[in-house]
Amino acid sequence: MSLKIIVLAKQVPDTRNVGKDAMTAEGTVNRSALPAIFNPEDLNALEQALRLKDAHPGSTVTLLTMGPGRAAEIIREGLYRGADNGYLLTDRAFAGADTLATSYALATAIRKIGDYDIILGGRQAIDGDTAQVGPQVAEKLGLPQVTYAEEILNVDETGRKITVKRHIDGGVETVEAPLPLVITVNGSAAPCRPRNAKLVMKYKYALGKQERPAELPHAGLYEQRPYLNIQEWSVTDVNGDLSQCGLAGSPTKVKAIQNIVFQAKESKTLTGSDADIENLMVELLANHTIG
Amino acid sequence: MNNVYVYCELEGTTVADVSLELLTKGRKLANQLGCQLEAILAGSNLEGVEKQVMPYGVDKVHIFDAPGLFPYTSLPHASILINLFKEEKPQVCLMGATVIGRDLGPRVSSALTSGLTADCTALEIGPHEDKRAGKTYENLLYQIRPAFGGNIVATIINPEHRPQMATVREGVMKKEVLDENYQGEIIRHDVSKYVNDTDYIVKVIDRHVEKAKHNLKGAPIVITGGYGMGSKENFDMLYELAKELHGEVGASRAAVDAGFCEHDRQIGQTGVTVRPKLYIACGISGQIQHIAGMQDAGIIISINNDPNAPINTIADYVINGTVEEVIPKMIKYYKKNSK
Repeated sequence: MSLKIIVLAKQVPDTRNVGKDAMTAEGTVNRSALPAIFNPEDLNALEQALRLKDAHPGSTVTLLTMGPGRAAEIIREGLYRGADNGYLLTDRAFAGADTLATSYALATAIRKIGDYDIILGGRQAIDGDTAQVGPQVAEKLGLPQVTYAEEILNVDETGRKITVKRHIDGGVETVEAPLPLVITVNGSAAPCRPRNAKLVMKYKYALGKQERPAELPHAGLYEQRPYLNIQEWSVTDVNGDLSQCGLAGSPTKVKAIQNIVFQAKESKTLTGSDADIENLMVELLANHTIG
Repeated sequence: MNNVYVYCELEGTTVADVSLELLTKGRKLANQLGCQLEAILAGSNLEGVEKQVMPYGVDKVHIFDAPGLFPYTSLPHASILINLFKEEKPQVCLMGATVIGRDLGPRVSSALTSGLTADCTALEIGPHEDKRAGKTYENLLYQIRPAFGGNIVATIINPEHRPQMATVREGVMKKEVLDENYQGEIIRHDVSKYVNDTDYIVKVIDRHVEKAKHNLKGAPIVITGGYGMGSKENFDMLYELAKELHGEVGASRAAVDAGFCEHDRQIGQTGVTVRPKLYIACGISGQIQHIAGMQDAGIIISINNDPNAPINTIADYVINGTVEEVIPKMIKYYKKNSK
């Protein structure tokens, strides 16, 4: 018996290494100045999926991501590490989505994939830190959820049950849940295996539609080897309801953004005088460092 | 209808601190909005549990008491909130940004297609003008949170959808009893009307919880004392400042070795590594082993009477002064200028 596993992954700007040029003068995020990476906890999720594939021969791991054309990089990266295939959900209609509109779009794509036993994803993405998309996808699909997972201990295929160790506040617990379900994986779980050299050779020319140059080298390859075509889905491909996608489908709106400016170690020297200490406390309160 | 709700988390039959903090904040929001504060308690063997929350000014306590509701699992608790909110139509719902709150909140918000903002650091009430749609809104909940790896602070609103949902981390809001004798209404609900038997499909088969003595690792503000603090008694100042700022107290190895502070609060290579938003080093010289445990802090303030202390080279603010002089002033001027 084998398992059908879907891994939700996101390409994110690397907010952990934010340099001085990461913010524009107007206080908006300068995404081009930040490297785009595979969301770290999604890699932990991929590893759990690949371990299940190792333990249950014949299982498949399918990656699903949403983003612009360049997000096909995420699928390629997953293929290099052992995933079997992937889908990139990409459409202007998905832009500006909050977590609810994102989970709606992902849920429509999962319904289109159709056959699955386990949906895995990272607990949260480092650009938003919300941890909302996993549970919201579960709710949209009417599935149970196990969040903050540390390790999948066992899958009982005949009994259609899974045992998962997960974090709770101040401790750990082990839960048993039925298949199919959604699991979100914590960053403290096992790190993802590295790229496999053979798979890198196999998939290095895999491209999404939007990544293909007009003059495609090795054009013939893509007909001979269908796995090199990274599937892209638009909102119509997944029968998405436009009113539930993107900005239109997002109940939350950003009212204001305030830029936090770190003075990069150009230290200010103060005395212990009343005036200096009061000014410091006022400054720290004003920029939300304290209070 | 149209009230402020707080989902109260329970460990056994004890209401979590974060929930009491949110009740305190919820009471203030309800006063501003001119509505009532309601609390939801779901668990097992909850006889008398309302006594823990009433003093925070709760007008109505909803109790859901059934064997399968503790330990927490997602589906039954989500069903309780979803079905209760369909009847009661709250305008605001708050919960802790804990493992439970961050598991439950999104599920409920998805079912109700209401917006949810995670890990808010401030909540305010205010108006909003949507110029494009030509609409104005009064009394919206401003959900203020750091985003983008802490590099920006965003104010999020949900103009059209209710409830406006937000999670808040423990220690961010202040916990304050309103009136020991406050008497609200108590409603004991028939759980089976809200939860289907099929909701109990996830089973907790093993569970270990240890009561943490402190939360140094997760604290957004860490105040650390070194050998320069001079005595165990002087550390009390740090605890006082930490209490005001909702921070935690740490110590350098030299201070621990001198017996000023217990070992489990040691920060550095052989102790705890912290990455707080604000790190206040008090009387710490800044050995490399100490720096290793705190160099990723957002803002570093060094208070030292030695202007050449190594830690000053990585500090954003260097205060040349003695801890005895500076720390009481920090407490004083924080109190004076914070809301």
